[in-house]
Amino acid sequence: MLRPRIIPSLLIQDNGLVKTVNFKNPKYVGDPINAVKIFNEKAVDELAVFDIDATVKGLDPNYSLIERIANQSRMPLCYGGGVKTVKQAQKIFGLGIEKIALSSAVIENPRLIMDIAERVGAQSVIVVLDIKKKLLGGYEVFTHNGKKSTGINPFKFISEVQDLGAGEVIINAIDQDGVMKGFDMTLIEKAREQTSLPMTVLGGAGSLEDIKKVIDRHHIIGVAAGSLFVFKGVYKAVLINYPAQEEKEKLFKK
Amino acid sequence: MITIIDYGVGNINAFVNVYKRVDVPVKIARAKEDLTGAQKLILPGVGHFDHAMNQLNNSGMRETLDELVLEKKIPVIGICVGMQMMASCSDEGTSEGLKWIDAAVKKFDATRIYQVTRLPHMGWNDVRPVSETPLFRGLENDAIFYFLHSYYFECHRSEDVLAVTDYGGEFASAAHYENRYGIQFHPEKSHHYGETLLHNFAKL
Repeated sequence: MLRPRIIPSLLIQDNGLVKTVNFKNPKYVGDPINAVKIFNEKAVDELAVFDIDATVKGLDPNYSLIERIANQSRMPLCYGGGVKTVKQAQKIFGLGIEKIALSSAVIENPRLIMDIAERVGAQSVIVVLDIKKKLLGGYEVFTHNGKKSTGINPFKFISEVQDLGAGEVIINAIDQDGVMKGFDMTLIEKAREQTSLPMTVLGGAGSLEDIKKVIDRHHIIGVAAGSLFVFKGVYKAVLINYPAQEEKEKLFKK
Repeated sequence: MITIIDYGVGNINAFVNVYKRVDVPVKIARAKEDLTGAQKLILPGVGHFDHAMNQLNNSGMRETLDELVLEKKIPVIGICVGMQMMASCSDEGTSEGLKWIDAAVKKFDATRIYQVTRLPHMGWNDVRPVSETPLFRGLENDAIFYFLHSYYFECHRSEDVLAVTDYGGEFASAAHYENRYGIQFHPEKSHHYGETLLHNFAKL
């Protein structure tokens, strides 16, 4: 039986691991390579790594860091940040990454999905949408760490990216990021209705109970979390953690 | 000694790292000279079937590989698209496969997958061995592996099926004919289960 996926999401800035709240105030939480080693030991389902500097500063992906992460990793890896061309994507796959997350580049040029999928296979092209609630209702896609509004309706865009051959969609809720008060279930519900592609949701997990709620409702889904897997306790002391296999099996049971 | 075929497709480093951990020497083959004296081969692969076949055919290694596998009968394992390449053809493209195992690669029938998420088949799933094999030693009962694919390997001889996985019906997640093995999942990304399987292959 195929299982839901529980995915730590790591943010990279200046070669360090950071964690944000509502995409702001990045707090340094440690060394990314060390975190990857710990997540190996904890046998995580998948690991997602996002470079939050690359697009904003117009930088190339940090290939040497990506390579070091990939070399350490005994689990499937998703990388996102600054990927704009087929060539960059191919280089990253060559370093040992299974999935590439595209965001601002596909919003500017949705055909990039097709171009990359043709070379590396659709299953490896992931579209990540940073989504914010609009003041007067509804949702909108943002880029550049939540600073640039696009006017794009995420739900329409999701069915578009499926047609273009994406392999997965990641729904990243800006308003929930780092808040640890639970997922935006309405956003997930509406996004899930748009596509039969695998979907991963990120933003808001404050407890395993929050993750269970999403799995109970949607079953085969990827549930990602940042703060939950790097912090412990109300004072947010840095402690890398992840549920053991038995705990995970409990989350999968209705 | 394990020789990993590097034809520009697939994650070579991940295999090198696994074998480093279990202390098995590894060699990477990028040209036919590198294949001299090879004892065991790994054929990795990701991405589009035609692209992978094209890369292999243009690598300069194709003839030597056929000779090693079909005549010298040294053990070989194809992984993910590497497994699919061992078949005669694939629904994904028009290229001819290696024809090392009597099989064809088919696209999953999405209408038989009764859940919202259909394709690709992505994530951790059970792999149930259906015949006795040293490849799955220690993995007979509760092994799970990481999958990422939309096409599957359909064996033409049922006795070639080595293990099955359920995704809208059972498919061959591992196959075997003579000295040739194929696995659809990613052992290099499947924690200790994958490490055990790759170590078993080294011990064949």
